[in-house]
Amino acid sequence: MSAVTPSVRLPRLESTGRVAFHRVLLSEWTKLRSVRSTAWSLVVGFLLTIAFPIIFAFVTRSHWGSMRPSERAGRHPLDIALAGVNVAQLAIAVLGVLLISAEYSTGSIRSTFTAVPKRLPVLWAKLLDYAVLSFVLMVPAVLVSFFASQAILTSIHPLQISFAHPGVARAVIGGAAYVMLVGIFALAIGAIVRNTAGGIATFAGIFFVIPPLMNILPLSWNNAISQYLPSNAGRQLFALQHAAHTLTPTAGGLLFGAYCAAAVVIAAVLLVRRDV
Amino acid sequence: MIEARDLTKDYGEKRAVDGLSFTVRPGIVTGFLGPNGSGKSTTMRLILGLDAATRGDVTVNGRHYRDHTAPLHEVGALLEARSVHTGRSAYNHLLGLAQTHGIPKRRVHELIDLVGLHEVARKRSGQFSLGMGQRLGIAQALLGDPKTVMLDEPVNGLDPEGIHWVRNLLKGLAAEGRTVFVSSHLMSEMALTADHLIVIGRGKLIADTSVDDFVARASQKVVVVRSPELESLRDALAGPGVSFEPAERGALEVHGLTAEQVGEAAAGAGIALHELTPQQASLEEAFMNLTRDELEFAAELEEAVA
Repeated sequence: MSAVTPSVRLPRLESTGRVAFHRVLLSEWTKLRSVRSTAWSLVVGFLLTIAFPIIFAFVTRSHWGSMRPSERAGRHPLDIALAGVNVAQLAIAVLGVLLISAEYSTGSIRSTFTAVPKRLPVLWAKLLDYAVLSFVLMVPAVLVSFFASQAILTSIHPLQISFAHPGVARAVIGGAAYVMLVGIFALAIGAIVRNTAGGIATFAGIFFVIPPLMNILPLSWNNAISQYLPSNAGRQLFALQHAAHTLTPTAGGLLFGAYCAAAVVIAAVLLVRRDV
Repeated sequence: MIEARDLTKDYGEKRAVDGLSFTVRPGIVTGFLGPNGSGKSTTMRLILGLDAATRGDVTVNGRHYRDHTAPLHEVGALLEARSVHTGRSAYNHLLGLAQTHGIPKRRVHELIDLVGLHEVARKRSGQFSLGMGQRLGIAQALLGDPKTVMLDEPVNGLDPEGIHWVRNLLKGLAAEGRTVFVSSHLMSEMALTADHLIVIGRGKLIADTSVDDFVARASQKVVVVRSPELESLRDALAGPGVSFEPAERGALEVHGLTAEQVGEAAAGAGIALHELTPQQASLEEAFMNLTRDELEFAAELEEAVA
């Protein structure tokens, strides 16, 4: 330490600005892109969406000759093209939970809410940033999986379907929309539970545990209830065939959207009320 | 300016902050002193609106923190608990905060340079030492050029050079007319940095005083005497407000009298003295004395309940 006291002076800030939503949106975007888990989850989500349809298409093509007619009838080109969506949703959901739960586990939420003490703009910005990012990522993913799986299945005429065929474009883009909504739902759960493990477990419970449990119920109950579960309602967004005891794509999509909205509202109310 | 009125916070059954009223004025460094667990960090969270008060009220620069449209320009805060995502670099952490207020990137660079984190600014902050984490926290607090600076235990984990740097920084900020509110559990640190003290224990206000008054009060009258006739001396000195504590090897600690009074009383009684030493209570001792009553009362209460 030198004998002369070094004078420490804080340089002045020439211009001062207020908190505004477009600024919080940019801030949350910076936060989103500056942690490794984002890139990992998105790359995994993107690759899984494409990889599964390609693998299924190859397997189907090589076994087509030995399949019984009933088995062939059970194959649908869109089920193959969008098989990856079911897997990709997990990656997107985990990241969705993490985007807010990691703020609590690391304590960075205190910095966040010190900068934006009204809190709600942070939630809206996170949701909007993540929804746009996951949709923009998933649209090319589902398009690639559709056209790649169709290309692999060129020789099998019953499994050829045109993108212009009624409902196909809606189902393919619906797959991307479904994953985006899953991300929103998961982010809201992360904000409610405020814990990474708890958030992922809650999501997995709603999407992967409760639906098969419904099979324990009497069939009539199962048929009546299952279609209204979030996962089954949302799934109609990328289903082409309207099976028995399922909602229409519009009804299913709206119901799933309502579930997401409800989760977001609960998250928002708790975010404002709870201590950090 | 920070103004707290009857500020109270309960966590379940536990009362962390209990009816605190105080004012932190601009232009000076105000120390916020109390033992660990006395409610300092909770009070700071209440000031920032991170936790909601059970009762009472606190404003910063005339408004509730939550009602400020540009809070980073009003209050810069360093919170004791780490408040940084461990996977994010110091640069991106500060940039994310700056962007909420439209603060330009060059301000982020400016502060990284100011606190000396230039070399590690792009590394993940989870790899930071405690001292580097504190420097990042200080950079964060100063990002918005705030009118009020509030730092929770800022010198924790800093090396002597860093501590010296923080002291000068705080004094400089106060000299510019800013409100500087800085917590510590170390009285000695506060005595060097602060002009005014707010002392709490068990969530309650114990003292709201200038450092000079506090130091004067701390210099209690304590004298160590050594004599072959301690028993007679004790009788000669006894009186209202005087107490004794045995000291090492034939010595006695006399509380409540000056060295002159002890010497004259001994001479009057014809008692030989082998030593007569006035003791200056250290600031830490004064602080302990001040907070002891609170702590003892609490301990008794807990025993009574148990």
